[in-house]
Amino acid sequence: MALALFIIFGVLCVAGALNLLFQRHPINSALSLVVVMMALAVIYWTLGAEFLAAAQVIVYSGAIMVLFTFVIMLLNAGEEERTTGSKAAYFVGIPGVAGIIALLTYIFLHEKAALGYARLGGSLDTATSNISEISRVLFTDLLLPFEVTSILILVAILGAVVLARREQ
Amino acid sequence: MPQLSDFHLFLVITLLKIVVVLVITLTAVAYTVLLERKVIGRIQNRWGPSRVGPFGLLQPLADGIKLFLKEDLMPLAVERPLFVISPMIALACALVSIAVVPFGAVHTVHGVDIFQIADINIGLLVILGITSIGVYGIALSGWSSNNKYSLLGSLRASAQVISYELALGLSLVGVVLRAGSLRLRDIVDSQSAHGLLSWNIIGGLQIVGFFIYLMAAYAETNRAPFDLPEAESELVAGYHTEYSSMKFAMFFMAEYANMITVSCVATLLFFGGATSPFGHMFDATGPAWLSMVMPVFWFVFKVFCFLFLYIWVRSTLPRFRYDQLMAFGWKFLLPLAMLNIIATSLALAYHG
Repeated sequence: MALALFIIFGVLCVAGALNLLFQRHPINSALSLVVVMMALAVIYWTLGAEFLAAAQVIVYSGAIMVLFTFVIMLLNAGEEERTTGSKAAYFVGIPGVAGIIALLTYIFLHEKAALGYARLGGSLDTATSNISEISRVLFTDLLLPFEVTSILILVAILGAVVLARREQ
Repeated sequence: MPQLSDFHLFLVITLLKIVVVLVITLTAVAYTVLLERKVIGRIQNRWGPSRVGPFGLLQPLADGIKLFLKEDLMPLAVERPLFVISPMIALACALVSIAVVPFGAVHTVHGVDIFQIADINIGLLVILGITSIGVYGIALSGWSSNNKYSLLGSLRASAQVISYELALGLSLVGVVLRAGSLRLRDIVDSQSAHGLLSWNIIGGLQIVGFFIYLMAAYAETNRAPFDLPEAESELVAGYHTEYSSMKFAMFFMAEYANMITVSCVATLLFFGGATSPFGHMFDATGPAWLSMVMPVFWFVFKVFCFLFLYIWVRSTLPRFRYDQLMAFGWKFLLPLAMLNIIATSLALAYHG
């Protein structure tokens, strides 16, 4: 069952990502990204990370991507044009992508033992709550990084407010 | 009957549950529309629908037939795939979130809880997540219609929903803090001890959180007094201006299904869900089936009260102006929700 879900949503995820690249209209690309994120959320869930799945849907699909589509609608962005200007993309881009994939594959295969194995659906049958585990780690071992991240986000919010109030 | 394996039994019972809940929800949606027309009619000193069937009770059926038989117009300049899919997104998101709502006491048949479709640890987050996906239905419908009224309506709607989502989510944190869980059954159980007195709104002192939730929920569902996205005096009909026939009906149903979902969440989080207001006072009396039916009755009754309140508010209050709406959400509800969280967590830290 978990395997079937993994295959379905893995395929959906890859298809969405490819569609994101091939679509000409920015809004179709943005919607493909939403599909990718939802499919990722389901995959997280099959791995037992239910809180992460919900956070993914609420934060990425529900807030960030809505703002993306919002901006695309407001700017009334049209279809992108195909240009042959960038030769660099062919010469650097494709080998670069191949290199990164090769590097990641090598690391994942080489460090297989250290990374450990995920069990599909394995953590779902236990009664432990994801949230209490995450919050225990977040507020004990990782307290400093957590607080630093919140300060960083606060600075970003203040920056946005300052930029928005500039005209006065 | 051949012996079914556990998995097959689970599958069959779950499918049955889904069908039954879906049919009941859609019927409830249809009759909420009738209720709204009747109640608003009475408030405005007229009769409301009274011709089809006794007391106009068959009016939803007539409306449904009318909407099915109407011509499905497709304007020439629309973005076709998105135009077709956005009402489906809106309706699907509105209907899916009912799946995690527990609408009765725990009652298992062959190991499957029959009064809740899916009992998951993060039920509350699932509802919030699905609500936030529902914005796409509105946003895309406005954009793909290629009509300026639709676009304005959908921009208003998405901005409003994103803004009020914050206040909505934060207003629920107090309840979650008290229950110590995001599972809806746990949240209901945390307020079931002494009936009315242990409900979050009274015993949990979450009355501030409740009012923030109530107001944010009105804005989330684009209902009066926050119905700017479909303000008919300025925007024709807002985001669904170009829609006709069943596509329009889907938006209409989504709005009412969202109302029902929001009422269910308010019931679960602040009014003790399916527990009786009298606590365990009458548990021992009456036959066994009564203890199965009464929680469902209380749940439906509470949801009905919320729906009535929705209608009452719609027919009483005038519409906000757009800047008032934004200022109210960001400058009043959001800080108040944060204060509520701080007060609740301080109280919990002091007592616990």
